[in-house]
Amino acid sequence: MKTYPGELGDIQEKDIMKDIEIMSMASVHFFCVLSIILSAVVPAFLLEKFSVLGTHLTWLCICSVSVAAVNIIASVVLKPNPSPKRNSLSHKVTRFLKSCLYFMISCLLFHTIVVLYGAPLLESVLETFLFAALLSTFTTLRCLCLLGLNLQAWIRVFSKNGAMSIWDSSLQITTVCSIVGAWLGAFPIPLDWDRPWQVWPISCSFGATFGYVAGLITAPLWIYWNRKQLTYKSK
Amino acid sequence: MRARGSLGVTCCVLLQAAAVALFLRGFFPAPVRSLNRPAEIPVEPNAGGISNWTSLPPPLFRRVVIVLIDALREDFVFGPKGKEFMPYMTHIVGKGTSHSFVAKATAPTVTMPRIKALTTGSIPGFIDVIMNLNSPALLEDNLIWQAKTAGKRIIFYGDDTWVRLFPKHFVEYDGTTSFFVSDFTEVDNNVTRHLNNVLKREDWDILIVHYLGLDHIGHLTGPNSPLIGPKLSEMDHILKKIHTSLLSKESDNVLPSLLVLCGDHGMTEAGGHGGSSDDEVHTPLVFVSSVFDKKEGYDKPLELVQQTDLAPTLAVSLGLPISRNSLGKLILPVVEGRTMREQLRFLHLNGFQLSRLLKENMPAYEKDIGFQQFKTAEKSHGNWLKLYLDGNTSEVLTNLGKKVLKQYLDALKMLSSSLSKQVAQYDLYSMMVGTAIIVEILFLLLLSIPKGLGSSAELEVPLSSPLFSLLFYLMCLLLSAIHVIVCTSTENSCYFCTLSWLIAIGVMILISGLFCVILSLLGKMCANSKSLKKQGPLASGSDWSELDVLLLVGTVGHVLTLGSSSFVEEEHQTWYFLINTLCLALSQQICRKYFLVKNSDVELSPSGSKGYEDANESFSSKDSDIYSMPESDSKINKLNTSGLFKHYEKWITMASPWVILICCRLLRSLNQTGVQWAHRPDFGHWLTSSEQKAALSLLSAVSLGMIFVLVQRRCSLVSKIALALGLLGIYCYRSAIGNVVFPWQQDSQGISKGIIEARFVYIFVLGILFTGTKDLLKSQVFTMDSNTKSRGLWEVYSGLVLLTALLFRPHNLPVLVFCLIIQTIMMTFIWNLLKYDAAQITIMHYWFGQAFFYFQGNSNNIATVDISAGFVGLDDYIEIPAILLTTVATYAGPLLWAIHLICYLSSETIRSSSAKGHGCFCYALLRSIPITVYIILVTSLRYHLFIWSVFSPKLLYEGIQAFVTAAICVFFTAMDKN
Repeated sequence: MKTYPGELGDIQEKDIMKDIEIMSMASVHFFCVLSIILSAVVPAFLLEKFSVLGTHLTWLCICSVSVAAVNIIASVVLKPNPSPKRNSLSHKVTRFLKSCLYFMISCLLFHTIVVLYGAPLLESVLETFLFAALLSTFTTLRCLCLLGLNLQAWIRVFSKNGAMSIWDSSLQITTVCSIVGAWLGAFPIPLDWDRPWQVWPISCSFGATFGYVAGLITAPLWIYWNRKQLTYKSK
Repeated sequence: MRARGSLGVTCCVLLQAAAVALFLRGFFPAPVRSLNRPAEIPVEPNAGGISNWTSLPPPLFRRVVIVLIDALREDFVFGPKGKEFMPYMTHIVGKGTSHSFVAKATAPTVTMPRIKALTTGSIPGFIDVIMNLNSPALLEDNLIWQAKTAGKRIIFYGDDTWVRLFPKHFVEYDGTTSFFVSDFTEVDNNVTRHLNNVLKREDWDILIVHYLGLDHIGHLTGPNSPLIGPKLSEMDHILKKIHTSLLSKESDNVLPSLLVLCGDHGMTEAGGHGGSSDDEVHTPLVFVSSVFDKKEGYDKPLELVQQTDLAPTLAVSLGLPISRNSLGKLILPVVEGRTMREQLRFLHLNGFQLSRLLKENMPAYEKDIGFQQFKTAEKSHGNWLKLYLDGNTSEVLTNLGKKVLKQYLDALKMLSSSLSKQVAQYDLYSMMVGTAIIVEILFLLLLSIPKGLGSSAELEVPLSSPLFSLLFYLMCLLLSAIHVIVCTSTENSCYFCTLSWLIAIGVMILISGLFCVILSLLGKMCANSKSLKKQGPLASGSDWSELDVLLLVGTVGHVLTLGSSSFVEEEHQTWYFLINTLCLALSQQICRKYFLVKNSDVELSPSGSKGYEDANESFSSKDSDIYSMPESDSKINKLNTSGLFKHYEKWITMASPWVILICCRLLRSLNQTGVQWAHRPDFGHWLTSSEQKAALSLLSAVSLGMIFVLVQRRCSLVSKIALALGLLGIYCYRSAIGNVVFPWQQDSQGISKGIIEARFVYIFVLGILFTGTKDLLKSQVFTMDSNTKSRGLWEVYSGLVLLTALLFRPHNLPVLVFCLIIQTIMMTFIWNLLKYDAAQITIMHYWFGQAFFYFQGNSNNIATVDISAGFVGLDDYIEIPAILLTTVATYAGPLLWAIHLICYLSSETIRSSSAKGHGCFCYALLRSIPITVYIILVTSLRYHLFIWSVFSPKLLYEGIQAFVTAAICVFFTAMDKN
């Protein structure tokens, strides 16, 4: 939706267009990374006894909220998803409420998956749920921001060769990285190393966060590197 | 030579199993064991009649205090550190009434086996762990047990390993746990606080104290840390306290006391231990008693003795029989103060015990030099005694006595060393030969991947050219030469050398032949790839789906985790994690298939969006042919032709991976396993507690009913009836042995062994297996009818399910039910729909099989093997059936999934004929990769700290699974006859 091949026939201009888009994406990603770093650093000055390991749940909340804020602001400013035909206030409100519903559903879905993976069912429900919320923030919220409520688009993006813009590519990369990060983060939990970060869900949320950050950093680089090969199909 | 896929693979797997057996034989040397009969006490040899010394000599000491300091290295007492920080001990060693030695421990230098060595005098091997399955207590004849039976009162303070090894042996004890390595004051204070009180009292004979603090300091900061000094001073102070207290209690009319200071193992310069470097194996051993002569000088280099020598020495000192399996020899200086007759008597006792042990463990014991020396010494001992009893007191007698003494000492040395050769070392040569074959076979399989998974599923082994090459003959010659050199020069006993030379030459030919075959295969592949490159750029393998990536990453990742002891302990978590991820990936593929195919259908008409179509086309090309091939769906339709099902088919299919996930989650909470979390409460324990008998009965009954419903679908009528009766018999068997109850049964009923009921079930198992085999034979020999064949296979499968249901404990029956449910769901909804190829399905089966191995409560710890399965329907222990039954019960998960794989691949009519070949090849490869890697890892980690507790049990599990795999592959080949 950012490339208009019909209107801009000139390849040169298309490339410039792409570069500008990559730059704006990189800046959004930079703010996301910054918000994560700040969420780990700033609360230590404001709150007593705050540490990422010690008061992990607080950090989980703060991190989710700040990343969510950055994403929402970015989506409002840049408007990557096509604006719907009817743009009245009531529609906006329903869309917002629907998004919230989707987000909640995704939290519950992640929660279920995590429990199926072996997280305790009854104990530490709060930890599990907050971790699910963090994962949803990293994945679903971005989808909501970039793709809107169009589920067909979601399925399209997450299938092979489904990306149709660089935003789709970045979404693919960050989502996969966060989930793979969380997946890898679960490995050390059962081991007998007796480290403070082996407590559920610390290693998983760290894994997800590191994966997300890695995804945010690699996505613009990767897209920039492959910008010649990436020919997105128009809508 | 070309072999049909599964036949060649089976040969490889059989060879591999044999090689694994050779490796295991080398890794776990047979233990030196004495028969379980009461130790007899030999009469003193006397050439001129019968001596009146027929019983055990009386004790030499009234009390013994053993101070065992964990990780006390030899130089901590005798070296500069000892001089600086242990002034009292240095004084005692140098100028006091003491005897000091350097005691050499054997690898693995870890506390538990070392305590065993100190108390039994034997060198414990891993086989001991298997010998006393489930029981952490030391069951062998040992010093502590002997002392207890002799009525000695023993007090123990220190490491609670002792308390676990010797339960109920101590009249008073306080075990401290060595779990918190960072604590090095509290552990020792817990021991020391008892000393003042105990030393004042008179109501004990043996006091053992085991200090852990030094070991903890070593682990944390190493032997050169500033913490070592104060700790040594503390120990010195304690030793001084004990010694003075012992001295103060001594008087002329009672026997003296003995104080023994020893360490269990040393520590490296980094502070660890477990290996066999000098720093780790050299420990101090100091005997202090007022009867010993005062030392004049300290310059004499210390004598090196074995750690095992302590046990017989203490036994003699306390007037106890020497432990049956002891390899130790008496430390003579300790008894030097006694008369010549007594000394000779002690040595004779020790020699007699050693030679008896040798007799029972070595077929050619008469040829052993030590044994011959002992016999000579015994004879001269008899002559000496005759002279002595005749009243001869001349110089001649003394000299003769000294000569006999020396003869005895030489004999003991020889006996002890030839015995310890049998147990002490890994038999590296056998291990190497085994590893060489295993590695070569893995390479052969890896190199045949293109052919083995190709359309013909053949295993091509170029035999003619390598076998006539010069390299082959040279290698044969070289290996034979090495064999001769190793076998003639080695000091250790080597199992491979004891095999007949014909077998050895056969193995050498095999090794060099395989090597040449691999080389020629490699050459062929290089040539092929070059010619292909010339032809043009190949289509790269980037068309891998996410599932392929997951399967590959999972398999490789699992193999990599085998190198870490923590991961090996918790291996079940890896498998649970992998199958969960697999289910999610399957769910994603199903979603994508349903939604995207539908999308393109829908979107084509209204918007006609081109991009969408293109995007889908590339990915759904694989799936789209499912629609051009209606046969694959016809199976589902045949099963449920009702329109209702068709309507909901999509949703049922989409829900199926989630159902499997929920099943897995339930199974996971049924049996907590592993090490770290094994103590967590789980559903299985709740069920087996005696209050829940009604719930367990209900659950078993429901499970057995479910098993019937799930299995009977494809059986013939006769088998159905047999199955039903068999399942009923299982419930009767369980109620007969008191696990479950019938509703009408009174609670207090006699519990029998349920022999009749179990045999009743066995009859049906055999009956079903027989019908299945008959069908299979019929289909293979006469009719070639695939229907009969698949029914026969299914009957074999249901016979196995019935057997497993009989062997499983009742609380594990749900595992079997879930296994059947998951297999049914997978078969009906997922595999048929998504059209995976044989290799992918094999990997999935393998993963689920491994996960079910752990779901049924197994772990990589020997203690979780359910030995009771070996006694089902047997009056008493009969070796071969018991081993077979236990193996089937333990490996039920992998076995059932593998047989299901065969059933599935054969029943598929659409599958090409090579599917079974692919499956067999893939299965063999999947098993041979982990076992090869693991064997190499274990060989390189054989001095690791956890080699016994973690790696060896896992090796045993892997080794036995190699045999199970071989059996499965043989079955595959039998089925793959076309």
